[in-house]
Amino acid sequence: MSPIAARALRRLRRDLPALLGLAVLTVLVLLAVLSPWLLQDPEAMDLAALFAAPSAEHWLGTDELGRDVLARLAQGGRVSLAVAGATALLAAIIGTVLGLLAGYHGGTLDALLMRLTDGVMALPLLPLLIVLAAVDPSKLGIPPERLADEGIAIARIVAIIALVGWTTVARLVRAQTLSIKARDYVRAATAIGAGPRRIMIRHILPNVASPIVVAATLSVGHIVLIESALSFLGLGIRPPLASWGNMLTGAMNVVWSAPAQALWPGLAIFLTVLACNLAGDGLQRALDPRSGDAEF
Amino acid sequence: MIHHAVSRGLQSLAVLLIMSFVVYGLMGLMPGDPIDLMIAGDPHLTAADALRLKALYGLDKHWTERYLRWLAQLAQGELGYSRLYARPVLDALLPALGNTALLMAAALALALLVAVPLGILASLRPGSAFDHGINLLAFASVSLPTFWLGLMLMVVFAVQLGWLPASGMSDVSGGGGVLDRLRHMALPVATLALAGMGQYIRHMRAAMVGEAHHDYVRTARAKGCSPARIVLRHQLRNALIPVATILALEVGGLFSGALITETVFAWPGMGRLIFEAVMGNDFNLALVGLLLATAMTLLGSILADMAYAALDRRVNFR
Repeated sequence: MSPIAARALRRLRRDLPALLGLAVLTVLVLLAVLSPWLLQDPEAMDLAALFAAPSAEHWLGTDELGRDVLARLAQGGRVSLAVAGATALLAAIIGTVLGLLAGYHGGTLDALLMRLTDGVMALPLLPLLIVLAAVDPSKLGIPPERLADEGIAIARIVAIIALVGWTTVARLVRAQTLSIKARDYVRAATAIGAGPRRIMIRHILPNVASPIVVAATLSVGHIVLIESALSFLGLGIRPPLASWGNMLTGAMNVVWSAPAQALWPGLAIFLTVLACNLAGDGLQRALDPRSGDAEF
Repeated sequence: MIHHAVSRGLQSLAVLLIMSFVVYGLMGLMPGDPIDLMIAGDPHLTAADALRLKALYGLDKHWTERYLRWLAQLAQGELGYSRLYARPVLDALLPALGNTALLMAAALALALLVAVPLGILASLRPGSAFDHGINLLAFASVSLPTFWLGLMLMVVFAVQLGWLPASGMSDVSGGGGVLDRLRHMALPVATLALAGMGQYIRHMRAAMVGEAHHDYVRTARAKGCSPARIVLRHQLRNALIPVATILALEVGGLFSGALITETVFAWPGMGRLIFEAVMGNDFNLALVGLLLATAMTLLGSILADMAYAALDRRVNFR
């Protein structure tokens, strides 16, 4: 193990909030992945037991169609976490590529890419996402029968959020690239004839890895919030596929008759986002070369 | 400084122009078509009528051509007509702007009132249990989904306790003046303030901790200044610089930032207006609303730069 990773691990082990965040995330991911084997069918309706109170059979009760709330939460979690993970990854890849190119080549390309980054960063995020999400994919030439597919529905929302979510990583990577490309070992590599691609991938990328990891972890929580907000507004993941956001839409429609429905999906979102933020913050402190071991 | 502001302003205009082009193109890709809607609403319209209507509205032209025409009209101050609200776009926008400003100003004031003291208190003993507690609170605040928080507040205070109205801006009976307005503001303002204060706490604490290491603090202590005076008179003034910058950034985002809260509480502000215009195929209103929100955000970031330079003598833009 590299000394940097060892130091990071040593620091993480003593960081209680970060450990708590990581533990909660692990439990949530396990629950989401294993739910088809552990829990009931989230689509199964029990019309004799609408809005049932928690019981041995339905641990968190049932919803307006008599579906098991816990099973739907777990299915929603699968979708929300898959979307968040995939989006964070895609956004990090876009940001890394653009940041490397801008930082390494400099000049006009750098100026253009950074103006683009500034422009995207300055846009009002949510209204823009709503416009993007409201676009009818069938007008883009995707056949309507394929849109019913779960995978396509998820890919659509991943693409939309990643399209505006890459800017932080791009800026971080560019700044790091600028400082690293002036170092002696990079100049030495250039001198022995390494091409730009080799230098970017072999010499620069490993040195910008830790800020990318931190930014991506912190972005997961943010993406969960955005995806659930879009789903809540009816523009993200659409029923019958459950997501935490659209479960809350259902809960809002019955808020006067069954107010308890609103509790669980929101609590799940809140805990996930909090856990991601705590873990990301801990990772940031653990990987920061400037902070000492003793410092908070 | 002026040179910098002008160049930032020109850049922002370019961003707005590109944004308007992209959004105009995206609008055409949304489900529903104004003429289809008209046909659906009036069974007497024939296919020939539809074609004539399309020609009348210029919808038979390519969308880039329509965009240029729209832009030319915009340059003449002609914003068009809102289909959803059946009135000129500006008449639909202006009241919404006022409503949003009221909501956001109250929420921001409340958030700062809580966040600034908490941030200062947390910074006094970095690493203490109290600091960790405040830090956790701040993280909880930034992790709150506003639509859920709003819904829970509604469940408790409107549905179960019945103390406050669940939605809208005033009672159906015509409203009882200031008190009625305040009662309707309480839940959305609480939602926005609770979810927004976390980031101010974090910024305030970080800025205060950063200032504590400076020489001037040591000097003040050495000459016998009381700790309270050092913190409030010396540190706080400098620590407020980055916080003011963040605030200026926020002010721009305010005009669209409350979209979800406004939708949950049926508050007739800008965010909800943009959302309904997009969902209701009201292209004129959606476009102008979005561009206005973007312009405000851009203006906010320019203001943030200027505020930073104005407050901190060490910054200059050459």
